[in-house]
Amino acid sequence: MNIFSQIFQITLMNLRTLPQRWSSSLVIVVGVAGVVAVLVALLSMAQGFANTLQRTGHPDRAIVLRGGANGELSSVLSINQANIVASFPGIARRDGQALLSPELYLIADVPKRETGSPANLTLRGVTSIGAPLRPELRITQGRMFEPGKAELIAGRGAADQFAGLDLGAEIRLRDARMKVVGIFSADGGGHESELWMDLPVVQDLFRGPGVLSSFRVQLQSAASYPEFAAAIKADKRLDMEATDEPTYFTRQSESLSRLIQGFGYAVAVIMGIGAMFAALNTMYSAVSARTREIATLRAIGFGGAPVVTSVIVESMALALLGGVLGGAIAWLMFNGATVSTLNNASFSQVAFDFAVSPELITRGILLALLLGLVGGLLPAWRAARLPVTTALRAE
Amino acid sequence: MKYLGLLWAGLFRRRTRTVLTLASIAIAFLLFALLRSIIDGFLGGVQLVGADRLIVSPRYSIVDPLPLGHQQRIRSVPGVVEVTIANWFGGTYQDPQNFFPKHPVEPRAYFAMYSELIIAPEQLAAFENTRSGTVVPRQLAERFGWKIGDRIPIEADIWPKASGDRLWEFDVVGIYDGPPDEAAPDTMLINFAYFDEARQFANGTVGWFIVRVADPDTAGDVARNIDALFANSTNETRTSTEAEFQAAFLKQIGDIGLIMSGILGAVFFTILLLTGNTMAQAFRERIPEVAVLKTLGFSNVTVLGLMLGEAILLSLVAALIGMGIAVLMAPGIAKGIATILPGFGIAPQTLLAGLGLAVLLGVVTGIYPAVQGMRLTIVEALRKN
Repeated sequence: MNIFSQIFQITLMNLRTLPQRWSSSLVIVVGVAGVVAVLVALLSMAQGFANTLQRTGHPDRAIVLRGGANGELSSVLSINQANIVASFPGIARRDGQALLSPELYLIADVPKRETGSPANLTLRGVTSIGAPLRPELRITQGRMFEPGKAELIAGRGAADQFAGLDLGAEIRLRDARMKVVGIFSADGGGHESELWMDLPVVQDLFRGPGVLSSFRVQLQSAASYPEFAAAIKADKRLDMEATDEPTYFTRQSESLSRLIQGFGYAVAVIMGIGAMFAALNTMYSAVSARTREIATLRAIGFGGAPVVTSVIVESMALALLGGVLGGAIAWLMFNGATVSTLNNASFSQVAFDFAVSPELITRGILLALLLGLVGGLLPAWRAARLPVTTALRAE
Repeated sequence: MKYLGLLWAGLFRRRTRTVLTLASIAIAFLLFALLRSIIDGFLGGVQLVGADRLIVSPRYSIVDPLPLGHQQRIRSVPGVVEVTIANWFGGTYQDPQNFFPKHPVEPRAYFAMYSELIIAPEQLAAFENTRSGTVVPRQLAERFGWKIGDRIPIEADIWPKASGDRLWEFDVVGIYDGPPDEAAPDTMLINFAYFDEARQFANGTVGWFIVRVADPDTAGDVARNIDALFANSTNETRTSTEAEFQAAFLKQIGDIGLIMSGILGAVFFTILLLTGNTMAQAFRERIPEVAVLKTLGFSNVTVLGLMLGEAILLSLVAALIGMGIAVLMAPGIAKGIATILPGFGIAPQTLLAGLGLAVLLGVVTGIYPAVQGMRLTIVEALRKN
C-alpha cells in the first residue's frame, strides 16, 4: 500500500468511528461554532454600517462645508455664499441653472420605537432641487412634501426606528405639528435615516431664515471634482471646503466601523484560543481512546504519517463543521437585521442592516480550519510517537 | 478544608486534560473581565454622577443654545443651591482621531459643583485668572505628554473666533484628578468667559446648566419647577437628574450594547458546554474511585460535596488566572484604546462578579456528575470496572 492509500484508509476508518465519540467531538464543533458566529456577527455589523454610509456617496457629487467643520452639524453657511459657489467650474447645469442644493441639517430628539427613549434624529431641509440631485431617492409610499407646508417625508430606516413616523400621522417637532406625507428609500444609504422637509419651513421652525449647513452639488462628472474643489479653496471670500461624497461618507463611517471590526477580531482571537484548548482536549482524549487501535495499525505496517494525518483531518473536519454551523447561526440570526446606533461622526442615529456576506463567512470558516489544524497537531504528534509495544498493552 | 488535598489530587488525575480545561475556562474569564469593562465603559461607565445634581438642557435637542440669562432665574427656584454652566466646544487636537470632550466652564463654580474632582488650590486660582487657561485631566496629560506651561492648539469645527480664525490656543495651568475608584474624567476644561467673548456667534448662550439641589429627595419637584419657569418661551428646558441625563444619552447607542452583552452570553454558553462535557467525561472514568471512597466510609453527602467542590475549585482557579491576566493586560489595553474609550479599567465589582460567576459555573457543570456520584451504589460501581 502506498502512503496516500494508507492515509486515505486510516482517515476513512477514523471518520467512520466518529459517531461513537460524538459527545466529546461535539466540544470542537460547538466551541468553533461559537467563535465563528461571534466573529461573523461582529464583522457583519461593521460591514453593514460601512455599506450604508458608503452607499450614500456618489463620486460625481460633492458636499461643501464651512472650513474646519467635521460634519454638517458643525457647519454654518449662508445663502449668499451659495450664489458664489454656483458660479464655479465643474458644477453641472440644467437649463442654465447650477445643480446646487442648499441644505439645513439639524437634529431633534424623537423617541425610538423600541425603547421610547429620545434619540437624535436627523432633519434635513431641502429646496425643490434636493431630491432630483439624488436620483437614488424614491418615494415608496405616499408623496413628496409640498413647499411651504408643515409636511415631511421620512426615510425608510427612520420610519422603522422612530415612534410616530407612520404614513399620514402627525408628529410634534418643536412647536409645530408636521404631517408624514411620504416614506422614501435611498438605495440603502444614510439618507434613509433622515426626515426631509421644505427648507424655508425648517429654517422658520429652528434657525431663522437664510441659515444653512451645507451645499450639495452635482458635478459634471467625477473627473471635474478636483477643479471644483480647487476653485473653492482658492476663493478668499469663502472659508469653505469641498469633499467628494465617497470620501466624506467613508470618513463619517470610519471610526465606528473600525471600532466594531477591531473589537470583533480581538474577541474572536481570544475566544479562538479558548476553543483551541478545548479542541486539544478532545483530540488528546480521542487519541488516548484509540491507543490500541493506532498501535495495532502501526504493528501491521502503517506508517506514522498516515496516523498523524488522520488525527489532523478528524480535528479539521470537526472544526469545519463547527465553522459552517457558526456561519449559519450568524446568517440566520443577524443577516438583514436592522439596528440603529448613534454615529458620533454625525451625532445622529443611523439605521443599518447587518450584512453577512459570503466573504465574511469564508473568513470565519478559514479561522475554523486554522483552529482545527492547531488543535489536532499536538495530539497527532503524540499518536504517531506512541511506542507500539506499550500502546498495545494499554487497557 | 481538610479535603482540599483530595480535591487537588482528583483534579490532577489527568494532568493534560485538567490543564487544558483550566486554560479554556481561564480564557472565558479573561474575556469576561475585558468585555464587561468595555461594555461598562460604553454603557454603564457613568462618570461623575451626583444624586443632588440636575442637568438643565434645551427641551428639543442638546445642540440648541440656551440663554445665559436662565442662570439667574434658575437660581431663584426654591431648593436650588448652586447653578453653573457648561458648553460643548468640539474642535480637533492635531488629528480627528484624538477625540476628547472640551467644555468651556466657570472655573471656580465648576469645581465647587463637582467637588469630587481634585485640583490644587493654586492651580484652580491660576485657571480662574488666566483667560486662555485650561485644566486637563491627568489621563489626557499623560496621553499627550502635556505639562503645566504647555500651549495646546485646538482647531475649531463649530466655534471660529470672531476674526474668522479657527485656531484656539490654551495654556495648561493645572492638572486635575477624578475621585479614586471611579472612571477617570476625560474632559479638558476651558474658561467660559474667554470662550464666549472670543467666539464668532451665539455669544451669551450656553449648552446646559448644572444645578445642585438642597435635598436629593425633592430633586424631581425642583426639576419640574425649573421647566415650568421656561414653559412656552422660545427657550424651553428639560431638566433631569444627572443619572437620567447620562442614561438617556447612553441609550442612543442602543442595540449595539445589547449585541455586545449577547456576545458575552454566547462566549459563556460555549464554555459552559465545553467544561460540562469534560467534567462528565472525567466522572465516567472515575466511577470505580467513587466506589472505593464510599467503601472507605465516605458518606453520600461527602461524595456529593467532593465532586461539586472539585468542579468549583477548577472554575475558581481558572477564573483567578483568567482575570489575573486581564488585570495585567488592562494598562496596555487602556493605552491602546485611549482614543476610542478613554479611562478603560477593570473595576473591582467586575472581578467580584467574575468570582460569583465562577462558583455558578462550577455548580452548573458539577451538579449532574455530583448527584450521580451520590446516588451510586458501591456494588454497582465496582462492577462497572
